Order: sequence, then structure tokens, then C-alpha cells
Amino acid sequence: MPVQVTLSRLFALVLLGMPAAARADLIMVSNEKDNTISVLDGDSLQVIKTVPTGERPRGIVLSPDARYVYICASDSDRIDVLDTRTLTITGSVPSNPDPELFDISPDGRTLYISNENNREVSVVDIASATIRTEIPVGVEPEGMAVSPDGKTVVNTTETTSMVHFIDTATRKVVANVKVPSRPRFAVWSPDGKFVWASSEVGGGVSVIEVASHKIVARISFAIPGVSRETIEPVGLAITHDGRTVFAALGPANRVAVIDAQSKTVTDYLLVGQRVWHVALTPDDTKLYSANGLTNDISQIDVASRTVLKSVPVGQAPWGVIVVPVKKGGP
Amino acid sequence: MPLIAYWRCFVGILAREGLRFIHQRERFVSALVRPLVWLVIFASGFRFVLGVSIIAPYDTYIPYQVYIAPGLMAMIQLFNGMQSSLSMVYDREMGNMRTLLISPLPRWFLLLSKLLAGTAVSIAQAYVFLGIAWFWGIRPPPLGWVLVFPALVLSGLMLGALGLVISTLVKQLENFAGVMNFVIFPMFFASSALYPLWRIKEGSLFLYHVCQANPFTHAAEMIRFALYGQFNLISTLVVLGATGLFLILGFIGYDPGRGLLAKRGGGE
Repeated sequence: MPVQVTLSRLFALVLLGMPAAARADLIMVSNEKDNTISVLDGDSLQVIKTVPTGERPRGIVLSPDARYVYICASDSDRIDVLDTRTLTITGSVPSNPDPELFDISPDGRTLYISNENNREVSVVDIASATIRTEIPVGVEPEGMAVSPDGKTVVNTTETTSMVHFIDTATRKVVANVKVPSRPRFAVWSPDGKFVWASSEVGGGVSVIEVASHKIVARISFAIPGVSRETIEPVGLAITHDGRTVFAALGPANRVAVIDAQSKTVTDYLLVGQRVWHVALTPDDTKLYSANGLTNDISQIDVASRTVLKSVPVGQAPWGVIVVPVKKGGP
Repeated sequence: MPLIAYWRCFVGILAREGLRFIHQRERFVSALVRPLVWLVIFASGFRFVLGVSIIAPYDTYIPYQVYIAPGLMAMIQLFNGMQSSLSMVYDREMGNMRTLLISPLPRWFLLLSKLLAGTAVSIAQAYVFLGIAWFWGIRPPPLGWVLVFPALVLSGLMLGALGLVISTLVKQLENFAGVMNFVIFPMFFASSALYPLWRIKEGSLFLYHVCQANPFTHAAEMIRFALYGQFNLISTLVVLGATGLFLILGFIGYDPGRGLLAKRGGGE
């Protein structure tokens, strides 16, 4: 009898678990020219909803609990908030002018926003929807990344060509690292020991050791038959095991695959034109790239390093994130 | 005639074609080098010909060498078909053809066996090419390797049958250069093997229609779709129709009673 009960419970668990496990991730893409977010089903790669946003949506970030998506509406000078259950914009958070890229604290309470025209990083409290403070940085701030422990924020400034390390407790810049021309994006290694920063005009990626604030490696790109000037790395993504880094190479129409240990490029994958940003699925099996000129996203199989499919989204896709759908449904 | 006789005859013809191919090492090498030269050298200069469109049966953007690989497999079969037509003219001049045709089995069977034997050789070449092309990043799905087989059989038969028809028209071995100029090059270049048809349409609408009417285009497309696990109905129907037509013309051509062969005294 007890065995039977256990078995039937197990059976019920399997039955209930099945549909939840079968739910695919959602892919969200910010379309810079359409003023919309395209929401795609991760399995079918079909656009299931197009959500209107403020003007010129670019940076797009998921809250740590996967409940909300925050979108920089650059020309509306605000951050739109999208509910991942209802797939509607439920409100907005204020921002100083021209927010482009931003990141969220691990506790999900604070946004750190690059305001391109103001030479500052604004710190916004989400709950009260207020700008708490502004931290002066270099000219044309863009890339933003909060460290895994939430204690440090890095910001890249395109014109100054620097990566600024900001202490989140004191809200002061603690170090500046000079990198090649026009740094646009930064990611932390999962162990919090390194920051990878892409330089659009410099044409490479710098690896900065956090403890010493020194560049420990520089990765450059060379694609046969593609001129050096068209290789402009922007978006970066790193796998959870910290072993592989993907770099979107802009007008080179390729995503570079970098082995994080040896700091060497192992593959160049052909995607659509003007690839801006890339995003990994939570299980690191798929990578998505937003291709700005061909108005589509490409799906890449991470294990086999092959581009599986490219599907149309809105006009000028810029940012992309993957939203895990929680078990039991949204 | 017992079936075993048909079988024995077919195996004999197949073995002869196979032996002839293996013994001519230059032929084996050149059959591989030709498409590889296109793949490695030509493709690197034409990288941008594809532009920014996604073309069926592909799901995403592809490098140019991926695009031309199926067309090069069709090219292998085109050359093979023409080569077998050359060897038929040669056989006729040497008298070997008489030995074959003297067999008590029906003539259509003998000719079809010869075509199938030639097709088998071309398929072996195409698979070896595909294997080498793997190193250049041409990696169709595993199922594609299987599905492309029937497509290769059909296209090989069509191009072999075309060679058969041509061999009835070519009087002497020396005229074979004409076959190159008037058959191989126009068929290969006025097709979708090297460039997608929408590109050709941009350049000339007339040429686009020529390419669409070219059975070689459909052979290449049939192979392309099969290699990526899809089925192109129109191309398959066109290739089937063309194969039937060429076979009938070829059989008539080799009929001593009424064929072109008879009219000009067989050339033997």
C-alpha cells in the first residue's frame, strides 16, 4: 500500500511536471525603430506578441526573479517595465536623458543606468521609482554591468575609452581602466574575478582582472575575406561555467566564439547583418543574436557552434534577452 | 529470358564501368579536383554574391561555399554523364559497342544498365566530394546524407540519359570538344548551381527564364533540398520528365531500325 501511494504520487508528479518542463523560454527583442518589444516562443521561434514601448527601446534587462523586464526607452527618457506574466507594459521608472544600457542589482531593487548625454551613471530605486543619485563618469557612458556579489558596478565610456569601477556602497568611482577605442559593453565572469569589455572601434575585447584593475588579455578578431574595419564588437555573453564568451561583431555579421581559458577565438558564426547584442538561454544551450540591419534574430546551438535559424522580428532589433518561464506556468 | 540473365548482364556492365573508372586514376582525381577547385578557390572570391537573403531550403544565412556545394555535386554528375557519352562514342569507334549490343537482352535494358552503372560511379564521386567538403564547413544534417541518395540517382540518370542522346548525335570522338562548349558550360552556368536565381533575375529577366527552363537547375535544386531534409516537388517532377524524355530519345537513337544511328550508318 505505501509503495502504491508513493508510486501514484510519483506518477502525479511526472504528469504535473511534464507540461511545466515542456514550456519553452521566451525571447524578447527590443526593436529600436519600431518602438516595440518582440516576444518569441523559444521552441517555435514564432513572434507570439509585439509589445509597444516608449521611443527607441534599446537596453533590455530581466529582474533576478524573472518577473519583470526593464527596457530603456532612450528617446522617451524613461525605463519601461514589462510584466513577464501578462506580457504588457505595467509602468515605468524615471531616468535621466538618453538611457542606453543598464543593469540591475542582484537583489532586484536598484537599476544602474548609463545616460549617454549626461556623462553620468544614474542610480534608480525601482520600488519608489526615484533617481537616488548620479555618479559622474567619462564622456558617453554606455556599457553597464553589476558584479555577481552586487558590490561593484562597471561602466564603459565610449569617448573617454575607459572602464570605470564603481563601489555600490559609496557610489564612488574606485578605479579607471583605459581600454581600446569606444568600449560599448562589459560582462563579469561568473566568479567575479574578471570583466570582459568590448571595444567597438578598437576592434577587440579586453579582459580586466578585477583585483588589480589591469588588462590581463586582449582578444582581437580576424575573419578571412572580411575587412578589419567592419569588425566592431559590441554585445558579449558568457556561459555560466565561465568557459565560453560570445562576442557580437557588428557589421562583420558574425558572432565570435572565444575560449575563456586560452583567450582565443575558436569560431566565427555567420548571422544577420549588424549584429548588436547576444543572449544565452539559462541552460546555456542556445544563443540568440539581434541583427539590426536584417531585422531578424539568429538562433545558435552552443554545443555544435552552428547557426540553426534566423527569424524576422521588428525593425532594427538591438537588445535581446531570454526569459525563463517558471515551472507551473506564468 | 530468365531474370538471372538480366542480373548477370547488369552486374557485368556495372563492373566494367567501375573498373574503367578505378583504372583511370587521373579520371578519379580530376572528378574530385574539379568541384574542389570551385569550392575552395572560386567560392572565396564570391563570398558576397548571396547578399542578405535567406534562401529555401536554408533556415539562416549561409556562407557561399555552403550554397554552391549541392550545385557542385550536380556538376560532378553532369561531367560524369558527358564522360559516359564520350565513352559510348569511343566504344562505338572501337567496336566494343557492337559486343554489348549483340547481347540477346533487350537493347533498352542494356542501355539503362549502362546508365545506372555510370550513375553509381557518379554517386560515389559525389559522396567522396561531400566527405571532403565537410572540412570546408559544409555540414548538412545526417538525414540529408541519406535523403540525397535518391535525388542523386534521379539526377544521375537524367544527366546520363542526356549523355546517351548526345552520343547518338556525335559522329566522332573528335567532336567531343563541341559537347563541352555547347552542353556542359551553358547548362552549368545558366543554372542555380553557382548563384541563386533571384540574383540572375536582377541582371536579366530573360536569362532568369532560361535558367528556370534548364533541367540542370532543377537537378541542382532537387539535390539541394534533399541534402537539407526537404523535398522540392517541382524540381523533382521536372527532372523526372526530362529523364523520361532523354531516355526515349536515347533508346530511339540506338534503335538500328529507325534511329539516328541507322541514318548515318552507325559510325562504326
